Amino acid sequence: MAVARRGFRRTRWIKLQVFRYVVFALAAVFFLVPLFAMFEFSTRGKYGERTLQYWQSVFQYPDLIDWNFGPAPDAAINASLELALITSLVMLVLLVPTMVWVRLKLRRLNRVVEFICLLPLTIPAIVLVVGLFPMYLWLGTNFSDSILTLALAYVVLVLPYCYRSLDAGLGGIDVKTLSEAARSLGASWFSVIWRVIVPNISNAILNAVLLSVALVLGEYTIANNLLYNNLQVELVHLGRTNAGVSIAVAGASLVFAFVLLVIIAFIGGRGRRVYAEPAAVFAGPLQGSQA
Amino acid sequence: MNERSGVEVRLENLVRRYGMVTALDGLSLTIAPGELVALLGPSGCGKTTALRLLAGLEEADEGRVVVGGNDVTGLPASRRNIGMVFQAYSLFPHMVAWENVAFGLQMRRVAPAERKKRALDMLELVGLGRYANRYANQMSGGQQQRVALARALAIQPQVLLLDEPLSALDAKVRARLRDEIRRVQMDVGITTLFVTHDQEEALAIADRVGVMQSGKLEQLGPPTAVYSRPATPFVADFVGLTNRLAGTVRRGVVEVRGTEIPLVQPDVADGPATALVRPEAVTFAADGDMADGPLVGTVIAVAFLGAVSRVTVDLGDTTILAQLPTSAAADHPAGTRVRLALRPDPVLVDRHE
Repeated sequence: MAVARRGFRRTRWIKLQVFRYVVFALAAVFFLVPLFAMFEFSTRGKYGERTLQYWQSVFQYPDLIDWNFGPAPDAAINASLELALITSLVMLVLLVPTMVWVRLKLRRLNRVVEFICLLPLTIPAIVLVVGLFPMYLWLGTNFSDSILTLALAYVVLVLPYCYRSLDAGLGGIDVKTLSEAARSLGASWFSVIWRVIVPNISNAILNAVLLSVALVLGEYTIANNLLYNNLQVELVHLGRTNAGVSIAVAGASLVFAFVLLVIIAFIGGRGRRVYAEPAAVFAGPLQGSQA
Repeated sequence: MNERSGVEVRLENLVRRYGMVTALDGLSLTIAPGELVALLGPSGCGKTTALRLLAGLEEADEGRVVVGGNDVTGLPASRRNIGMVFQAYSLFPHMVAWENVAFGLQMRRVAPAERKKRALDMLELVGLGRYANRYANQMSGGQQQRVALARALAIQPQVLLLDEPLSALDAKVRARLRDEIRRVQMDVGITTLFVTHDQEEALAIADRVGVMQSGKLEQLGPPTAVYSRPATPFVADFVGLTNRLAGTVRRGVVEVRGTEIPLVQPDVADGPATALVRPEAVTFAADGDMADGPLVGTVIAVAFLGAVSRVTVDLGDTTILAQLPTSAAADHPAGTRVRLALRPDPVLVDRHE
């Protein structure tokens, strides 16, 4: 009886493993085939020979990348990077204190804030553009026509994803007790958020940043329709003139985004988890009786 | 640390409303320097609200909070210099024990070396010196609460507030930590307000116990007074176990099942009333006729509590609890007929039913 059951379990386990590998393989094919095709296409010369000339020429396009990082970047990659940075910062500065405050003092507004933050998810980007266009016309004439003003629109765009991530992080700690403890120890509200809340939701913050960086680097519709040149817009533009270079740049930008996300995850991951050792080792009955 | 003497704390006529609900209804309470007062009451009685108003975590609708002669009613929590220990899970998870304790000192801009030294001293005081480098999730609940106590005391506060600090712990740890808190509190000599719903806790460590109900203080006095001379039927009911026995008041005494018992309350009109009789006042009669009588019944349960036992006796129309030395209770196991006697200790009567 028991042997039969074990045999049955074993078959089931094997089936499960096979299923897992099949799903994994299918997903891998789904993602890797286009990448391989991109690589193949961008390294094929005019007469079918292998060449790296398109990849080498990526850096010869001044519209794509240069060394001018500043308030008015000319090149598309620079602009996208700066946008990703600004969007992430503005998003964090806006969202973290607001969400903490709502949790502490305005609990009944929680639903409203959630609704507002998730709203952009339901609005197609092109509709956003229609709404944003007059605002950007006005911004462009009165303040600055720098591409960096796009960050304002991008903050709206990344809001739903970052809200979800931060909400999960804040849900994992007792915000009220921790901040009251910090307050009673003499911490200002700034210290409460900076020294107590932020370190304890660092994972959620990192996730939110990763999401917003990824979104900004891949954004096309809004930038294109508001007549700004970011990375994706430039890629499409390039594709119309030189397909090989366009694909090479697209491949390079994928690799670049991947590397960037890994770097951010690595930087954010340092120093954390040190304290997340299994509690069970120490919380045995022996320790309990000493208290 | 003994050079610091406590300050007086005065809560004056505090009112706090949440919408239609009045959580605190004109609470006035003075805590003497260095005294430990426990506020006791069922949940929702306003005891925690009182503590939070004193901490500055909530604002009073009316009334004043005076600490050491200074009116602090308008001050935010961060500027009150009041240490607080919460129910549970209040340690900062990303800091080790000593960093937690040093946090308040950091907020007060104490130099790093001094900070660490004082934090380690405080951990020593609560007996956790060797746990200085543990994170909260590496300590038991009792240890975490002791770190929280050290953290609250490290800032040398004028007042210490304890918000049900033991309620999340198991019974044995609770009793030990309770005594530990009292020892440290007396060591430091700090004025302390302790909020709990556990009467045993309150009676065991407080200098004075305040029993609250519906946002009001029903009685404030030393534990023995609150227990043996409860001021109101609510206090009698809430503090300790009480038998509610039907009786008749006549000329200043209440007659309960054939026994006349003097009254605590000075003037009670004659007529039917419920007498509140402590289980300790119920004993086995030495002799007697087991046939019938108002106090003859059958033992239905004997709860062994160590030196004493609690015996439940079915008197036919009601059950009654008696608390007796275990030796006496052992002679009357469940099922035996017994005849009880009521000791004529003064009792309260209740007519609110």
